[in-house]
Amino acid sequence: MPTINEKISEEIRAQAKKLLAEGTVAAVIGYASGSLPMTVKPLVVRRPEDCGKLLWNTFCVLNLANFLPEVLKSVEPPRGPRDPKPEGPLPKVAIMATGCWSRNIVVQIQEHQVERERVVVMGVGSRGMVSRRKVEALFAGREILAVEELDHDLIVRGSGFEEKINRWSVVRDNCQTCTHPDPLLVDVRIGEPVSDRKNPNPFKQVDELEAKSAAERWGWFTSEFATCIRCYACRNACPLCYCPTCFVDDAKPQWVGKSLDATDTGLFHVMRAYHCAGRCTDCGACESVCPMGINMRLLTKKLNKDVLNLYGIEAGMQPDSPLPLTTYKINDPQKFIVTEAGAGKEGE
Amino acid sequence: MTSKTNETSQTNWEPKIIAFLCNWCSYAGADLAGVSRFQYPPNIRIVRVPCSGRVSENMILSALKSGADGILVSGCHPGDCHYISGNYFARRRFALLGNLLDFIGIEPGRVNFSWVSAAEGEQFAEVVRTVTEKVKELGPATRLVKKIEAMQAA
Repeated sequence: MPTINEKISEEIRAQAKKLLAEGTVAAVIGYASGSLPMTVKPLVVRRPEDCGKLLWNTFCVLNLANFLPEVLKSVEPPRGPRDPKPEGPLPKVAIMATGCWSRNIVVQIQEHQVERERVVVMGVGSRGMVSRRKVEALFAGREILAVEELDHDLIVRGSGFEEKINRWSVVRDNCQTCTHPDPLLVDVRIGEPVSDRKNPNPFKQVDELEAKSAAERWGWFTSEFATCIRCYACRNACPLCYCPTCFVDDAKPQWVGKSLDATDTGLFHVMRAYHCAGRCTDCGACESVCPMGINMRLLTKKLNKDVLNLYGIEAGMQPDSPLPLTTYKINDPQKFIVTEAGAGKEGE
Repeated sequence: MTSKTNETSQTNWEPKIIAFLCNWCSYAGADLAGVSRFQYPPNIRIVRVPCSGRVSENMILSALKSGADGILVSGCHPGDCHYISGNYFARRRFALLGNLLDFIGIEPGRVNFSWVSAAEGEQFAEVVRTVTEKVKELGPATRLVKKIEAMQAA
């Protein structure tokens, strides 16, 4: 009996083949199996006969929306920078999307990076993706050679051992606290829709830190980011980071030093998170790709919490309304202004 | 290096506060405080910007990195912006930035935001007094400050 994800994989292959064969889309963005256990790699399929390589499993942690603007550009007929846009509709691209990734696509549409008409969203309801790091931590010191996925369990095999573990216990933190697992945009539905999850407090981790003193929080911040090697994997995996020149690459003025100095690394992470304010959908790609296991997602989660509490906006949930930092209200909270009566911390 | 150590020793330490003032209100407010001879602490270093909406988090953080003990960003009162809405956008950004800096453990009071109009010379002096007092209480900034000397020694 095939598992849920095997059925979804079959459906993705069939739908992708159909879309490509019909000529509806010029490319399909999906996943192929990776070279190590518990990994997948992103794959852009352009011919119907290659659709067999596509798959869907519980280890799809990369955010495919990251590749969307680039792939859309690659399927356009070649033209110079000053040439006019060719007449008629441009080729379309199909992309797999769960709840958070579809919201990223919404943000990309709001920010004019992607045209809605050119995207065919193959919506998959997310059951939560497994954190490779969590599984590896359970088998510390033992090499995992293969992981087989059942509906609710994982079977982990190595040389001389085979163990069954509960799948949900190793699902990523952001997926465990996710409240919108079902895609917002759906052109082609894959599998069954998933209903919204009730989560009494999706910001529990943030609240726990906020309850501590400033000195303790500073201690957390410095120790958490101390191991950062400035590989920028978090930035490169993020679908929000599409600036041609990132602030960290700026040389004049140089906002952040390029060294491994604790201040420079700290500033990089603060600025990176801040640039995602009101745009981050908590997809967890940054954390999943970090080679050092840094939980930089907490910074963006804190910003998500404030944007929701102060301005009542969740990124990508309202395609027709503007992004929170590109708009304002006359009566926005301003308790943090020192000249205001009863000045204090915002949001309290 | 020795002079720096002396400077930061508790007795005669005076904070350096970078003030980003908008050209149309707060800068003019500071000017009015000056011509009206209102006394305020000489700890602020003014950077004149076209609008509080021009002040990005990069500027604030890079001032902290370079060793500013305090930051003050001041613009027109809501509704009075020369560019109609610049300070409204700035207000959202500053609220989020202030909370984020608080979250990572920057002491409350290091980074301050205020509204001062061109007619409020006395209020400007008052804001500078409040901010300087707060920063003096906190002492020299150590968090998010890049210490070149420590790096060279290592």
